Amino acid sequence: MSDTIVPLTTKKDWMSDQEVRWCPGCGDYGIMQAVQQLMPDLGIAPENTVFISGIGCSSRFPYYMNTYGMHSIHGRAPAIATGVAVARPDLDVWVITGDGDSLSIGGNHLIHALRRNVNLTILLFNNRIYGLTKGQYSPTSETGKVTKSTPMGSIDHPFNPLSVALGAEASFVARTHDLDRKHMMEVFRQAHAHKGASFVEIFQNCNVFNDSAFDDITSRNAREEMMIDLKHGQPIRFGADGHKGVVMGSDGQLRIMEVADVGEDALLVHDAHREDPGLAFALARLSHDDHSATPFGVFRDVQRGDYGSMVGAQLAQASEKKGPGDLHALLRSNGTWSVD
Amino acid sequence: MTDTEERQDRQPEQISHVVVRFAGDSGDGMQLTGDRFTSVSALFGNDLSTFPDYPAEIRAPAGTVNGVSSFQVHISDHDITTPGDAPNVLVVMNPAALKADLHRLEQGGLLIINTDAFEERDLHKAGYDHNPLHDDFLSQYRVVEIPMTTLTQRATEPLGVKPRDAERSKNLFALGLVSWLYSRPTEPTIAWIENKFKDLVKESNLAAFRAGFAFGETTELFDHPYEVKPAQLPAGEYTNITGNVALAWGLVAAGQLAKLPVFLGSYPITPASDILHELSKHKHFGVRTVQAEDEIAAAGMALGSAFAGHLGVTTTSGPGVALKSETMSLAVSLELPLILVDIQRGGPSTGLPTKTEAADLNIAMFGRHGEAPLPIVAAYSPANCFDAAIEAARIALKYRTPVILLSDGYLANGSEPWKLPVPEDLPDISVSFQTEMNHTDAEGNPEYWPYLRDPDTLARPWAIPGTPGLMHRVGGIEKQDGSGNIDYSPANHSKMVHLRADKIAGIAADIPPATITGDADADVVLLGWGSTWAAIDAAVQRTRRAGTKVAWIHLTHLNPWPPNLGDLLRPFKRILVPELNMGQLCRLVRAEYLVDATPITKVQGLPFTSAELEAAIQEALS
Ligand SMILES: Cc1ncc(C[n+]2csc(CCOP(=O)(O)OP(=O)(O)O)c2C)c(N)n1
Ligand code: SF4
Ligand SMILES: [Mg+2]
Repeated sequence: MSDTIVPLTTKKDWMSDQEVRWCPGCGDYGIMQAVQQLMPDLGIAPENTVFISGIGCSSRFPYYMNTYGMHSIHGRAPAIATGVAVARPDLDVWVITGDGDSLSIGGNHLIHALRRNVNLTILLFNNRIYGLTKGQYSPTSETGKVTKSTPMGSIDHPFNPLSVALGAEASFVARTHDLDRKHMMEVFRQAHAHKGASFVEIFQNCNVFNDSAFDDITSRNAREEMMIDLKHGQPIRFGADGHKGVVMGSDGQLRIMEVADVGEDALLVHDAHREDPGLAFALARLSHDDHSATPFGVFRDVQRGDYGSMVGAQLAQASEKKGPGDLHALLRSNGTWSVD
Repeated sequence: MTDTEERQDRQPEQISHVVVRFAGDSGDGMQLTGDRFTSVSALFGNDLSTFPDYPAEIRAPAGTVNGVSSFQVHISDHDITTPGDAPNVLVVMNPAALKADLHRLEQGGLLIINTDAFEERDLHKAGYDHNPLHDDFLSQYRVVEIPMTTLTQRATEPLGVKPRDAERSKNLFALGLVSWLYSRPTEPTIAWIENKFKDLVKESNLAAFRAGFAFGETTELFDHPYEVKPAQLPAGEYTNITGNVALAWGLVAAGQLAKLPVFLGSYPITPASDILHELSKHKHFGVRTVQAEDEIAAAGMALGSAFAGHLGVTTTSGPGVALKSETMSLAVSLELPLILVDIQRGGPSTGLPTKTEAADLNIAMFGRHGEAPLPIVAAYSPANCFDAAIEAARIALKYRTPVILLSDGYLANGSEPWKLPVPEDLPDISVSFQTEMNHTDAEGNPEYWPYLRDPDTLARPWAIPGTPGLMHRVGGIEKQDGSGNIDYSPANHSKMVHLRADKIAGIAADIPPATITGDADADVVLLGWGSTWAAIDAAVQRTRRAGTKVAWIHLTHLNPWPPNLGDLLRPFKRILVPELNMGQLCRLVRAEYLVDATPITKVQGLPFTSAELEAAIQEALS
């Protein structure tokens, strides 16, 4: 549409002058690097980009981006970002949130932003712990977790963030992790390209309060056998030489099988564009803990009208029908009489 | 024939004003009946004031006192402000309405009763163990008994309307009757019925309305009709307006005057929902409305829109104000414009959701964490809600601050004639966005400081996303004045707390000074705010007409107050503060000015009557 040429930016253009204050070794650094490195590739301008966060370690993120930004209220970023995105569909709006921020106190706003399909790129830093408040269990912490607030182990059943997002009618759902910059960048790129709400869960290590939570899956020596990289249009297989794959049983259950046993043709072919979210949901629930093979990549990417555009369309439709707003006419719209 | 001629001689008696109250079951259409009577009276040129009074339940058990829905309207040939203390005429459609509202009717008042609804069963439901029509229970009133349901059925029968369906038109029979009684023109109502309804329902309603009118004309139940001549209102074009519509239009106008798109985030709640409904109709003004998932989100969306350069508004009532509290504190810290509209209702909690109260002054003043002062504007009449909305927007934009605008259920649903303002005469409240760097760093490079204040207003610049070079981050963490960088240092926090307070306090110089109405040399002054305006106005007028001196100050700005308020109050021997709460403004005034103010309180979910305030004035003087 517009002919404005976005000046080429470099990673440096996207970095603010603020001192980064996460703990040394925190996974948040890697995510920030990936985002800052990706931004020049997206062909957008820092002044048209807005980062909105809630409260938590992860939510400090906007301070480090040389864009417009707001570090807002615990849990409320999706709502505030909805205001920005609906008011200004011309902007690129990102939401940065933590597992407590988005799934506990802000659960309501998250699901409604997804349901409305507000044009937001939502990055959920899931470290399965409350980092900023120094280590209480979170809605994604595993049952039995011993923390300061659960000395005898947590008895809460955790959320699966992707299941929540899919259940909330999300049109784009993906997962990546903080140790693989390239993977993150690719997932973020697709999330950004998606029009509507994009939801990305990032496995993020909190080395102070929940260290190595994802090591069994994402560490260098585990990855090959534990990470299932979803690629649209391709059979879902992983492991050394792709010896394992995902198969749907006659009972409708997804199972991980040896390809040698079931044959290549039995493998499920990943289709991120399927309207029906059932398979994406099944894939999201393929693993139930941090010690079994887990799918990554884009689970779902379907098109649905985005909220800000639809609000704008109604405004345009109303103007077309009624003409531009006229206060004289408004004041007389309920009938008047004259006194001489 | 001769009969008719005789009756046509019955010339209307001129009266200066009348208060009519329509009361019936929630399902009887009393709000509509009252509303129509109001509309024709408005078109006829009367001054008027209305008071819809209805239950919280959409359909409380039919026929019970809890399910009674009433509409009181005061029409007059002179300037009036209240819907009247006691009705002169009470129309009751069933025994429950009689039970609920009889005590309001003036002694000797006209009581028009639909006798068809006084069967054993109806009486029982209303809690009567006798039929009040059969003894001298009603002897102090002028009772007119009319079988309205039967007459409506008879009138609509030729159209083929079934008796059960015909019953639904009986409110229009009542409207027709009262329209005749007060010599209202019939054309507007007929046109309205023709427009609003279709097919058999339309025909049935028209027949009922005409039958009611003809019934008044042809029967001898009333000696003669009455007439309330048009009021001598100042020349101009008028419309009849409720507070909520006026407030919504004020917000639309504010957007136009500020040259900013309006963004409303709202979650439905009585009695504020009508503002959401009304604003949703005005998309062609560029008004965006989002029905949010809750009040927290509604406030958050409005704040997000403000960050993005819109006029952000969120509308609610008491419980919603509580939910928005954290966002209001953030808005104070971010120093962004935002308007929170609170249509107060009886509390705490769900309280009296459809009844009026003005008990949210404390939460407006103090209902945030930390030191978080913000300006408060209060509307005083239905029509004034328009100006109050513009004023709230003006302050929010100019001072980059959240503002709370207080209205209440009484103003929200009540209506009055409003002389249309000329849009060209409304104030320009536009502000400019920051587009340039405003500071130089240590190396001499230009930079943008989001908290570099205007020395006069102490407002910070407003640079919106999309502006090249002015990228910046805001947040709830304490920031350094000027640069806006995170700064937790003791001296800076103290400085920022003081700056935010000074900014709000400074608005006092930018609002109209308080003025005294009535006798400046009186012993007693009434200090009012909000919707008590109407009752105080009537009470002050009557007191003065009776030869007693009294003064009155009405506040439209509750934070900060007009700077001259203390000086105005101190000379009076007695300061009376009437409020629909337990004395919230009174306590603030005592604390601020060390004056011996006395509260006059009422917490019944009802507005003050002028008689109550007149009595309070007399008591203070004795
Ligand atoms: C209303 C409110 N309640 C509680 C807090 C305290 N608080 C701040 S961050 C946080 C949890 C953060 O956890 P998470 O969202 O997972 O972010 P992380 O720090 O792990 O990145 C809590 C409880 C707050 N700031 N505001
Ligand atoms: S507490 Fe954990 S999440 Fe927070 S900054 Fe430190 S390592 Fe990162
Ligand atoms: Mg966390």
